[in-house]
Amino acid sequence: MPEPRSPLGQPLDRADGVAKVTGRAKYAAEFAPPDLAHAVVVTSTITRGRVTACDTAAAEKSPGVLAVITPRTVPAMKAVPADLLPKGRPPIELRPPLADEKVSHFGQAVAVVVADTFERATAAAARVRVTYQADEPALTLEEAEPTAFEAETFVGREDLKHRRGDVARALAGAAVKLEAVYRTPVEHHNPIEPAATIAEWDGDSLTLHDSSRWVHATRRVAAGVFGLSPEKVRVICPFIGGAFGSKGFTWQQNLLAAAAARHVKRPVKLVLTRQQMFTLAGRRPETKQAVALAATKDGGLTAVRHATMSETSPLADFVEPCGTLSKHLYSCPNVEVTHRVVRLNRSSPVFMRGPGETPGSFALESALDELAVAAGIDPLVLRLKNHADRDEEKDRPWSSKHLKECYRRGDERFGWAKRDPKPRSMRDGNLLVGWGMATAAYPGIRMEARAKVRVTADGRAVAASAAHEIGNGAYTVLAQIAAAALGLPVDRVRFELGDSDLPFAPATGASQTTAAVGSAVTAAAVEAMAKLVKLATTDKASPLFGIAVDQLAAREGKLVSRADGAKADAFSDILRRAKLKGVEADATAAPGEEKEKFSFLSTGAQFVEVKIDPDLPRVRVTRVVGVYDPGAVLNPKTARSQMLGGILMGLGAALLEETVYDGRGLVVNPDLADYRLPVHADTSDIDVSFVNEPDRHFNPVGARGLGELGISGIGAAVANAVFHATGKRIRDLPITPEKLL
Amino acid sequence: MTPFDYTRAEGSAAAVKQVSGSAKATFLGGGTCLIDLMKLHVENHDLLVDITPLPLDRIEATAGGGVRIGANVRNSELAHDATIYKNYPALSEALLSGASPQLRNMATVGGNLMQRTRCPYFRNGFSPCNKREPKSGCAAKDGYNRSHAVLGVSEHCIATHPSDMCVALIAFDAVVKTHGPKGERAIPITDFHLVPGDTPDRETVLEHGELITAVELPAAPWAMRSHYLKVRDRASYEFALASAAVALEVVDGVIKTARVALGGVATKPWRAADAEKSLVGQKPGAPAFAATAEMATKGVAPRQFNGFKVALVRRVIVRALETVAAMK
Repeated sequence: MPEPRSPLGQPLDRADGVAKVTGRAKYAAEFAPPDLAHAVVVTSTITRGRVTACDTAAAEKSPGVLAVITPRTVPAMKAVPADLLPKGRPPIELRPPLADEKVSHFGQAVAVVVADTFERATAAAARVRVTYQADEPALTLEEAEPTAFEAETFVGREDLKHRRGDVARALAGAAVKLEAVYRTPVEHHNPIEPAATIAEWDGDSLTLHDSSRWVHATRRVAAGVFGLSPEKVRVICPFIGGAFGSKGFTWQQNLLAAAAARHVKRPVKLVLTRQQMFTLAGRRPETKQAVALAATKDGGLTAVRHATMSETSPLADFVEPCGTLSKHLYSCPNVEVTHRVVRLNRSSPVFMRGPGETPGSFALESALDELAVAAGIDPLVLRLKNHADRDEEKDRPWSSKHLKECYRRGDERFGWAKRDPKPRSMRDGNLLVGWGMATAAYPGIRMEARAKVRVTADGRAVAASAAHEIGNGAYTVLAQIAAAALGLPVDRVRFELGDSDLPFAPATGASQTTAAVGSAVTAAAVEAMAKLVKLATTDKASPLFGIAVDQLAAREGKLVSRADGAKADAFSDILRRAKLKGVEADATAAPGEEKEKFSFLSTGAQFVEVKIDPDLPRVRVTRVVGVYDPGAVLNPKTARSQMLGGILMGLGAALLEETVYDGRGLVVNPDLADYRLPVHADTSDIDVSFVNEPDRHFNPVGARGLGELGISGIGAAVANAVFHATGKRIRDLPITPEKLL
Repeated sequence: MTPFDYTRAEGSAAAVKQVSGSAKATFLGGGTCLIDLMKLHVENHDLLVDITPLPLDRIEATAGGGVRIGANVRNSELAHDATIYKNYPALSEALLSGASPQLRNMATVGGNLMQRTRCPYFRNGFSPCNKREPKSGCAAKDGYNRSHAVLGVSEHCIATHPSDMCVALIAFDAVVKTHGPKGERAIPITDFHLVPGDTPDRETVLEHGELITAVELPAAPWAMRSHYLKVRDRASYEFALASAAVALEVVDGVIKTARVALGGVATKPWRAADAEKSLVGQKPGAPAFAATAEMATKGVAPRQFNGFKVALVRRVIVRALETVAAMK
């Protein structure tokens, strides 16, 4: 009997695709409990100071208004628990919303209006009159630099200080040297679904329908803030309309909705406006990165220095870990990585797709391109020459690394060999053509997760974990993993997620859902199968009675004897005879000793072609080739979508995206017309492929993760292509037309 | 948004009467700009009179050989109209370079004439803005003014007029037909929009309650050789950093008629009349075009972040003229 194809590695359609495109997928704001009231946030129009008066009289008299909540009337809230992470403080605001009358940034919540309809709440919110005493804000990195402090770790996970060898000496004696400062602006996640919550109290039990990409943490936060035991709180989120690093832990909307619901004794819905998404839902901080590289005449790196300055708010401690890749992406004896942070009067920053890797790779990979030019070496050759065969930071081997193969295939697919290295040398009619490349990298991260699997008497299975469907394809890929472990066709397996009553899963972040939750699903499936095997082999009525466990395989919903394919017993028959509706198992999976033995890094090669009109210097990206090594690719279709999304977001960061704060600290482009994301007309021919080598040291299915790999290196690849096209080196993103005039 | 009443117009005269009778009433066309500003609490009306039921949705030939475009014609319909496409191509191009297909399907010609600025300080509802709140000041002058105007500015306002369509209309000497409380009138489009001066809140010559009924394009055989060029950061769905609608009539190798109108750089749809005159009698080519571009930007007043627009719009003018000169 031929082996049925494993569901792993199949380009399956999304399990939730039809529900999403037909509007049946229900997002947080779409639940409608009876008697639902609506809350609208009033935000500060100054950047620093305090509220001296908040006149709510007109708003309170406005039709349909149930309450106007200010720091003086808000129900009691304690600080957000500081122990949400295994190590270190969470990098978010621990101050509950409306805790005091201090204003730390433009767009901070200063009041909440609750009314019987959204329209009436909105109208009333415009009638709240807030008076401020404004103080002098800190607005720029340069201004605040004297107060900078050094950051030691990134969320307790990654060292932000690293020193090996003697960088100063290597720089002093270098044959080729490059020192430059690179800058990246504040960016916002701008998911299509704004942050949204429906909060409903039943006595002292709280249910939150919340756009949360970590329902277990949101539950702990709500429990801590409102003084409840965690089992009194349930957080539900079957779908998220994109997050990209936002919507984790807690943001003000979920606590404000819960506080408002408690105050008016009705369920309350609170959806941030698009403008409020720019000040109440996180962002990527601005960075200023000084990079110094030294090399031998033939391009062998002798020194890498990467000093990052980023900014955080007065209310949260976040650092953009730009230098983490510089510690080990290339082989180099002398390396120095530091991170400093200043506080500015801006809203709190947080993770955004490839925190550190995205702006950091712009700096490092631009610098490498500049070094290649200075040394007269092809940029691809320079990277191959300095390939890190092992992790020189931790002095241990990589678990699995196929970066050279990514370079080789990318070189071939792009046609890099035809590149004339001279800037402004390649043309398409009147247009300047530029080719640039960069390395992509993102660590393989996996945290502890738990899952349960139930095989039912109808020959189907349900697997579940409190993971999240964020657009990543979690429903699809986690069902594939369960199906593979159970020997069931994938259409007979359903995956449940997005509910804090389900077994613990980590945040959907750090590109780890497949690796972390998938490992737990595999473990739980293996245990459920053991129960089925035991039932069959101890049942005299089974054709498999008495057969040893290791002589059995599961395929197509049956247990089958390996020695004699005719001997088989369907799961449904086994359960029926045992008079059971199903068997269930749960299991926890966590990284083990492999964590100390190996370093885990996903890598890739990014190649970009730009065309630029020399007189009207709009940069148009006409071709992207990306070849990646993320370990095993479990679903090439959803995997490709992940990479396309990452690449497009990278193109946006390279050419368009920038949140602008003016000289008073106001966000001046808080909407999707003026904060420019790429549109269809900005996209191009994007060629995505994978090396597809399983990383067996990492987890049972050999997959490291995809979400953040695709964006890494894109900014530099574009900037390097722009240099090749025009001869102009742009070191501050985005590359807007005026920088090329 | 604050609560408002909504009614559907039952005739032009009735609509005019309804709006002119109430200080906080206004006409509603496609709503793509007005509703947006009402949601931002920048415009607060207590009555919207929906004029889209009025029979102002025809594109028809005029006796003089021109075209009469009803005020309710949708942007997408006008852009794809065969006559416009052939005889006034810059107008088609201008319309299609604006907004998105969804917005163009909603937005009307009359509404586009009334489109309001994207100045962030106007739109945020609280910064000093003489346009939104007379005498409150101008936060843009010393604020973030990358998108702002360098032509037609005053001490009181530097907000850019955002329309693409109006730039083409002004190149073609369009005439705006209206029906107001005092009767009907025809307003040359060059006189329709106002520079801010010391009353930036007053953006057009329309009286309160005066309804745009149509736009007329006069016969202009030279308009067949016209072109709209728009430069912006994003490839689509974005307002202009700089744009130009140009037309050239060349007889025996010499320019007889020229049109140069600018967008994205001025406080109103901008006609560079002196620059046009300088072209007449010249041979089409780089020297004449460069001199024209220079002349079109005479008197520019750049601010901290929009200085690049001066060089950019010059290049846009030259490229647009080169493109038209090369047309068969």
